[in-house]
Amino acid sequence: MRELHYWRALNEALREEMQRDERVFLMGEDIARWGAGGGIFGVTRNLVNEFGPDRVRDTPISEEGIVGIGVGAAVTGMRPVIEIMYIDFLTLAMDQVVNQAAKMRYMFGGKAKVPLVIRTQEGAGRGNAAQHSQSLEAWFVHVPGLKVVVPSTPADAKGLLKSAIRDDNPVIFIEHKLLYATRGPVPDGEYTIPLGVADIKRPGRDVTFVGIHTLVHRGLAAAEKLAQEGIEVEVIDPRTLYPLDIETIVRSVKKTGRLVIGHEAPQRGGVAAEIAMQVMEQAFDYLDAPIVRVCGANCPIPYNQTLERAAIPQEEDIIRAIKSIV
Amino acid sequence: MAIHVDRRTLSATALLDMYRKMVTIRQFELKVIDLYNEGLIRGSTHTYIGMEAIAVGACAALRPDDYITSTHRGHGHCIAKGGRVDLMMAELLGKATGYCKGKGGSMHIADVEAGILGANGIVGGSIGIATGAALSAKMRQSGQVCICFFGDGAINQGILYECANMAAIWKLPVIYLCENNQYAMSTHISYAASVPDLSIRAVAFGMPGMAVDGMDVLAVHDAVRQAVERARAGEGPSLIVANAYRFEGHNVGDTQVYRTKEEVERWRERDPIVLFRTLLLEDGILTPESAEAIEREVAEQIEAAVAFAKASPEPPVESLLEDIYA
Repeated sequence: MRELHYWRALNEALREEMQRDERVFLMGEDIARWGAGGGIFGVTRNLVNEFGPDRVRDTPISEEGIVGIGVGAAVTGMRPVIEIMYIDFLTLAMDQVVNQAAKMRYMFGGKAKVPLVIRTQEGAGRGNAAQHSQSLEAWFVHVPGLKVVVPSTPADAKGLLKSAIRDDNPVIFIEHKLLYATRGPVPDGEYTIPLGVADIKRPGRDVTFVGIHTLVHRGLAAAEKLAQEGIEVEVIDPRTLYPLDIETIVRSVKKTGRLVIGHEAPQRGGVAAEIAMQVMEQAFDYLDAPIVRVCGANCPIPYNQTLERAAIPQEEDIIRAIKSIV
Repeated sequence: MAIHVDRRTLSATALLDMYRKMVTIRQFELKVIDLYNEGLIRGSTHTYIGMEAIAVGACAALRPDDYITSTHRGHGHCIAKGGRVDLMMAELLGKATGYCKGKGGSMHIADVEAGILGANGIVGGSIGIATGAALSAKMRQSGQVCICFFGDGAINQGILYECANMAAIWKLPVIYLCENNQYAMSTHISYAASVPDLSIRAVAFGMPGMAVDGMDVLAVHDAVRQAVERARAGEGPSLIVANAYRFEGHNVGDTQVYRTKEEVERWRERDPIVLFRTLLLEDGILTPESAEAIEREVAEQIEAAVAFAKASPEPPVESLLEDIYA
């Protein structure tokens, strides 16, 4: 199978969906002309040349307005894909995301559809400090009416983005800034990955590890090392946090009896707590050890490289956590 | 006989329809106050009494397929755009037959099929939606326009600055119609705004700004008609400030200690319905008998709406989790 960068896989998804459906259009800051031709990570590269400035629409720096316009366009028959450059900037648009996009269908008694995708990226690791490195996925998981997607590989990114664009609901599609430059196999031709289906990235019998974004990759690296010590880790990527494929996680825990959950977001109030509680509710009798979390420190992301690394779970933290319950 | 009305832009039929809608709004709202005081309407509700000329004058300039977005004080907009009073009343009583199946209530009445993109509980919250609907209309080349109703409170919200700018640079077919009823809850506009004439803010947005007498339905209509023509011609957005007054409190139950009875009485002397009726009588479009017949017919229609609402079933509890996602 061919290998693509994560950014290129996303770029392909956008191109294919724009070719397939003329209602799909892109809007965001610096998506048409920045860098090598679109987007600070290249996701929209060259699309303006193919589809023109109406469908690949650069905007002023106006996050609340951009999302609001996306909501209005979505409810009147278009399928906008909005880019918010950093998830940190979604704080400026929370009314439009939480009070408008997420609730419109329900408030109107089911008489509206809001097929809006908000693409953004999160995560630490590049020295971008506290206002450009947060992982805020839990905020959106907490809002009924939204779907939340967190792809960790190029193939998942492409298939999930295509599904998100075809979905009739507002989808917060969260990429990770460290993953754009990673490569992986991507199938040729047309395919989609449904929202709400987890992926077992590595099978194992001893411990279940659930990670998102970079924690999938660190989990896989940890599993490789632990295998040499005879500990077989099953690595699961939920891929979407709402809808959450808890069945796949529960099935794995019933097999392994042990669960470790990892994400970059601060541990306090994070998605790991939600997953842990759902496993408690559905598989308590199968657990042979307490559920352990390997999450971000409860602090803003610091600038200094040593401090930043300490704020984010690393491979060795995962290994330590797994060994503590095996 | 004095001729006040320019029949080149409004036929006698159109004028009578406008008058009937103003009467309908007034009687609907008076009934709402009664029902609220009887405890049949929950939460908070905001009446449009005294402002009927704005919604009716504006919506008379629209095609049936044009859009409006509305506010927390939205009943008048809905009726003016062609909303059904029986479905509105059922919604206010929280019934399954209401516009939103009882899930929206006063602040979220919408009829997307009729171009009514919703009342809104967030001050300024619909400005992005209106601008997005206009972008959508432009991209689909549908010839539709959108009127964005908002109050003097919302004119200080940041989203207006963002969206008006984008509407201007992209020449979107949207009319920002500020209903200056003098008070945002208890705060007078002379305290809250840096300029006495709110319409001059249009200069900063790069669009025409007009101030009109919001108690004069024909003045409102004339200004909006020009703005709609400009929007449909692809020349972009406008800001219209209709200076008016709400005769009742901010919400039903407002103590109104922030204004004097004398001030209210002064404004009530320029009741927009009385002003319009006088014109129509003098022009011979209305007779005392036909005016009385309209009052009677509207009263019957409102009574029928209340009866329909009262007789309608409550939404089933099972509907709680319906219509969150499409």
